[in-house]
Amino acid sequence: MTAEALAFAGVAVVLLASSLGVVLTPNLFHAVLYLAVALVATGVVFLLLDAPFLFGVQLLLYAGGVVAIVVFAIMLTERLVGQSIRQASRYLVNGALVSLAVFVGVVGFLVHLPTGATRPAWPGDLTTMVGRALVGPFALPFELLAVLLVIALIGALYLARSER
Amino acid sequence: MPLGAYLTLAALVFAIGLFGVLTRRNAVGILLGIELMLNAVNINLVAFGRFHADLGGAIFTMFTIAITVAEVAVGLAIVIVIFRVRRTVDADHLDLLRG
Repeated sequence: MTAEALAFAGVAVVLLASSLGVVLTPNLFHAVLYLAVALVATGVVFLLLDAPFLFGVQLLLYAGGVVAIVVFAIMLTERLVGQSIRQASRYLVNGALVSLAVFVGVVGFLVHLPTGATRPAWPGDLTTMVGRALVGPFALPFELLAVLLVIALIGALYLARSER
Repeated sequence: MPLGAYLTLAALVFAIGLFGVLTRRNAVGILLGIELMLNAVNINLVAFGRFHADLGGAIFTMFTIAITVAEVAVGLAIVIVIFRVRRTVDADHLDLLRG
């Protein structure tokens, strides 16, 4: 086994185990912590795919931002109701069947895929190329994204403001 | 590792996230499942972009990550409002729109 295969196997195990933790633990707060592990593991997968810039973005926005927001929301709703944050699941068998069917369907496509074993070399540093593309051909979508973020955050503030 | 390994891993994470969305009763738990599914799609995008030496995969992943953050902020704000009005975030009890 090469070093890359070993690293991939390790990350895959961590990612799958923490993903199962997200959907199976009864304690919602623990589920969020598992989600943080899963998001960091995904960032490591990005590293294995030669995208260190996306690893940084993943850590900052996902594992930092999203997890912090979700923890805040859980704390708020828990404090308001003053009861435990345990939660039950339902339709376990049906859910497992549907998920398995989706997985089998996707893998059914994958086996017909031509096996891409070789990676073509990047013409340069990915971070540099992403930076140039964001202010070049992707400048308009990038600015629209900024506007969307502002709109969404103002909308979230408006929705969650306290009524007086 | 070949492209298929990354795609299979992403498909597994997607299926697990879908399982969470289908089985969780708590609205926040459902949101966490959606996060997992979006994450799996990001792995797919980066893997395809890398194995085809296409910059679009990385750029698009950045866009989906940013849009997901916006989605989570609005979604959790809605959850908090629902909690304030109904005193529960159990998805089975949120049937205001039922005719």
